[in-house]
Amino acid sequence: MSSQSDPLPDSFRLSMLIYDTRYRSMTIQIVALIGALLGALFLIDNTISNLNALGKEIDFGFLSEPAGYDINQRLVDYMSRDTHLRASFIGLLNTLLIAVLGCAMATVLGVVIGVLRLSSNWLVARIMTVYVEMFRNVPVLLWIVLAMAVLIESLPSPRDFRGENPEASMMLFDSVAITNRGFYIPEALFSRSFGNIHFFGDSSLRFDLSLDLLALLAVLFGSIYAVRRLGKWAHAKQEATGLRPTTWHYTLAILVVPMLILLTVLGFHLGYPELKGFNFSGGTYMRNSLIALWLALSMYTAAFIAEIVRGGILAISKGQTEAASALGLRPSRTMRLVILPQAMRVIIPPLISQYLNLTKNSSLAIAVGYMDITGTLGGITMNQTGRELESVLMLMLVYLVISLSISLVMNWYNERVKLVER
Amino acid sequence: MSDTNAQSVRYVRDTILPQQPPPASAVGFIGWARANLFSSWFNSVLTVISLAFIFYVLSGVIPWVFQSVWNANSLSECREVMVATWGDTHGHACWGVIKERWLQLLFGFYPPELYWRPIVALGLLLVALAPVLYAEKVPSKLLIVTALYPFVMPWLLWGGTIWAPLMVMAGFGLGYMAYTILSTKIGSLGAIIAGVLVPIVWWLFLSGAVASALASVLPLALQSVESRQFGGFMLSTLIGVVAIGCSLPIGIFLALGRRSDLLILRALCVGFIEFIRGVPLITLLFVASTLLNIFMPPGTNFDIILRVIIMVTLFAAAYMAEVIRGGLAALPKGQYEGADSLGLNYWQSQRLIIMPQALKISIPGIVSTFIGVFKDTTLVSIIGLLDPLGLSNAIRADAAWNGIYWELFAYIAVLFFIVCFGMSRYSMSLEKRLRTDHR
Amino acid sequence: MKKTVILGALTVAGLAAGAASAATVDDVKARGKLNCGVTTGLVGFAAPNANGEWEGFDVGVCRAVAAAVLGDPTAVEFVPTTGKTRFTALASGEIDLLARNTTWTFSRDVDLKFEFVGVNYYDGQGFMVPKELGVSSAKELDGATVCIQTGTTTELNLADFFRANNISYEPVPIETNAEAQQQYLAGACDVYTTDASGLAATRASFEDPTAHVVLPEIISKEPLGPLVRHGDNDWGDIARWTLNALIAAEEYGITSANIAELSAAPTNNPEINRILGTEGNLGEMLGLDAEWAKRAIMAGGNYGELFEKNIGENTPIGLARGLNAQWTDGGLLYTPPFR
Repeated sequence: MSSQSDPLPDSFRLSMLIYDTRYRSMTIQIVALIGALLGALFLIDNTISNLNALGKEIDFGFLSEPAGYDINQRLVDYMSRDTHLRASFIGLLNTLLIAVLGCAMATVLGVVIGVLRLSSNWLVARIMTVYVEMFRNVPVLLWIVLAMAVLIESLPSPRDFRGENPEASMMLFDSVAITNRGFYIPEALFSRSFGNIHFFGDSSLRFDLSLDLLALLAVLFGSIYAVRRLGKWAHAKQEATGLRPTTWHYTLAILVVPMLILLTVLGFHLGYPELKGFNFSGGTYMRNSLIALWLALSMYTAAFIAEIVRGGILAISKGQTEAASALGLRPSRTMRLVILPQAMRVIIPPLISQYLNLTKNSSLAIAVGYMDITGTLGGITMNQTGRELESVLMLMLVYLVISLSISLVMNWYNERVKLVER
Repeated sequence: MSDTNAQSVRYVRDTILPQQPPPASAVGFIGWARANLFSSWFNSVLTVISLAFIFYVLSGVIPWVFQSVWNANSLSECREVMVATWGDTHGHACWGVIKERWLQLLFGFYPPELYWRPIVALGLLLVALAPVLYAEKVPSKLLIVTALYPFVMPWLLWGGTIWAPLMVMAGFGLGYMAYTILSTKIGSLGAIIAGVLVPIVWWLFLSGAVASALASVLPLALQSVESRQFGGFMLSTLIGVVAIGCSLPIGIFLALGRRSDLLILRALCVGFIEFIRGVPLITLLFVASTLLNIFMPPGTNFDIILRVIIMVTLFAAAYMAEVIRGGLAALPKGQYEGADSLGLNYWQSQRLIIMPQALKISIPGIVSTFIGVFKDTTLVSIIGLLDPLGLSNAIRADAAWNGIYWELFAYIAVLFFIVCFGMSRYSMSLEKRLRTDHR
Repeated sequence: MKKTVILGALTVAGLAAGAASAATVDDVKARGKLNCGVTTGLVGFAAPNANGEWEGFDVGVCRAVAAAVLGDPTAVEFVPTTGKTRFTALASGEIDLLARNTTWTFSRDVDLKFEFVGVNYYDGQGFMVPKELGVSSAKELDGATVCIQTGTTTELNLADFFRANNISYEPVPIETNAEAQQQYLAGACDVYTTDASGLAATRASFEDPTAHVVLPEIISKEPLGPLVRHGDNDWGDIARWTLNALIAAEEYGITSANIAELSAAPTNNPEINRILGTEGNLGEMLGLDAEWAKRAIMAGGNYGELFEKNIGENTPIGLARGLNAQWTDGGLLYTPPFR
């Protein structure tokens, strides 16, 4: 009788919440949820009662008050009369700037070093090993401080450029000045500029977007697209006729001519830095704090990336290399066409976490006086207003959003790379 | 046929030629250099550039390190000696500051007559770790030391009566007793609840009274040291070791939670892990230094080092969870299925089958997490704790050493390098050993 | 290694932990130690020596208060604080007294709910430049790169000064004095600005101090003083009158050398007698014993002695008394009468 072997439709008992696997998971989850909520409630309740006892309350009003301090490194306009929110925004942009610059340079350095560590040149491989071990085993904060100290001590100060027989001189036909306050390089100027678009009116998040830059980017991407179309056309022709038409002069023309036309229309010329008063003026000024932080973060992270790259390359079996050489590929092509595309899949996930680490480590910028968001919102603003709770919470939120966005973008990319696999 | 053949061949060598030495260009240093340094023009260029670079670095560093002043009590004294000896003050180190302050950089303000205590604690730490890290070579009896270490270490470092750690230990004993006695009588669940509640009640309400009663009878105590007197490398090591030690169990639970099928539990664990991993450590330290007191019930006030340890532990736990999750994911699926087919329940299979293997695979990851946390302890200088970097600022604030710079950093960097390099070598050798195990 | 490390540590730390809500003076007495917030290191004001003992001018104030309340100038726990952590440390009760060259401002006093108990050093923000630049006034600094120590009121004063005078500048914020010093010496900034006392201390540590000049402009008022939490007036009174006792002692010529003699028997100056407790019951009014001020003065000497020992003209820092002279010598130190 089949009905007898069926479980009895027994009535629900309280003990089933614990002993019956059907209900137990639910019980555990609800208990965990209640526990978490109680914990959160406990913290919030404590916070409120403590703040009451101190006579403070949570108030973000300070963000709209004048900040009162100046920030040297700024990507958009800022004055000391602007609000704390504006100062935080400037800091946020600086954080993003160093993160982007650092990740780019760390990747380049890391790949080069990782490949060189596998070099057949004994000395080079050893030097790279020493580099990796040195940077991995000393705290990044020390490296940041040391990088700044090296820049300051070893480069000439603007004072040395002055006088009849200056101790230092500008480089590359007097167009670049390398000083211990930073690097001054020529800047692009447009005498017939298209102007700017202004966003967000008068608010604290206002910024200008240069139309010149947009136009340049548009032309650049347009040219690249055209070149790719040309390549496809040449490829199709080769498939059809067996002969590949010569296209390099068209490619060159497509890349250069539209750009030249645009630059002439804009009235492009370079602005050179020159020594005026205490400092160089004119040109683009890259501050030593930015350079030191950039160097230190990217060199530190590069040591980790190098290990990841090396591991990725070693993970590809030797047969792949041998097969590639059997096909007659040169070593550089073997690397580019066979090894790296496969190694990428191993490399990308840990690379993402290194990018995240670099971004988070950029919060040590304050050690060299680079005003990132920890230096503005979590530094001077917090000091001057005494709003620790609000500042720290905002700071964490900002970093969380940055980290999660990087993870999202990189995971999306990772998925795309994965799809190639068959 | 063989005869004709023998006649037609005029000459057959019947002895092997004696081996000639290889040409001079293929052996010895020259051969090695040709193969490894000058195999192509590109490699030759690289070699020459590398040699020039090495020479440049060493020619700057070596005179600075060795043409230096050891016997001086202040920077100005150093400068006088330098001017007297070499005529200028540039390119010479003033190690006098290290000579005077090296103990402070190691131990902070720990009373000098008690330096043996952190040293013993460190030695015991190595003994306690040995059965874990070198499981094959060390007798497993030493695991007793590992089990006792969490109680001995705080007592050694902070001092005070021996009864406090003993009472904490007794709590665990009581919990275990309650569990074993009750599990036969009222079932395992009630026993587990009792096993958790009994020690909590003991710690909260009874242990203090018992400890003070015992202390009045038998006053066994070490001189107590306040945590504010901790500093230097001792502080870095303490924060690192405690954070890693405490984060291990938390990390295991977080990793299990993240891999479990229970939706809410998983969401909570993922939220916690991603939150902690998404913010820089420095913001967590800001929380420790400025906010943690606000989050706690009014009136509680525990000192900054403990608050920092708590935050660093949470930080390390999130990373540890990811390391252990990696270890769990690396286990072949057959292990889970094997455990299920034996009829083990979730906790039994975790305890007996999964965790021992997963943790073993994770040890290299755990070690590198530890290296990371140990290096990150330098950040506590930003919130005013006197770790080596913080102390270097304090030393420079002494009028005698105001203006000294490189020597302190060099000393700190070298110490960090030695410790971290040693650990990373260990983890590498372990990785190698584990790899042969599994292939 | 289990959670017990924390539990064990908690038990130990439980000894140090206490409720912050009770009267501070009772807490301090029960604890037997004064928790005093100082800087993480500022030449002359607070720094640990090779034996780990804190020394300096601010440290002297802490020791005096500890001596007055607890009878032992060494019964002080020094808590190093940074610009960020100092106010939270005080507000949360982690420290009882903050003696960390903190500028007395309206918002700190009123908005942040603290109580400044007096001024132990009148400072002001100044500028230092290399002599070879040939600058004689801060108004000539148009376009200069200025190193600032962050975390203080310095950057606000600087921004205001340059805006008011309509001159441009390039601020370089720097976290510690040591780094600022290094950048300035290497020429990475033209000017170093911080409190005048800090400038003097920094200049004194240079290889060639005469190559640098401190400009005459003082662009801000920086009355530095110890502070306590709002609301605990008894504790505030103790700190305030201990500081006043040190200053008054100098005014009336009570030094650590002659204090034993002066306090042995009533002198014919009633003010001295009241300070030293040989007459009246000022100590009792404070909730302390009669000899509180005597112990405070004996801890490190009177104000003048503390000044001379830590930052005065015979130390490497070599600060002149200037504004910090007694009012009788043309300075600003002026205590209310002890009666």
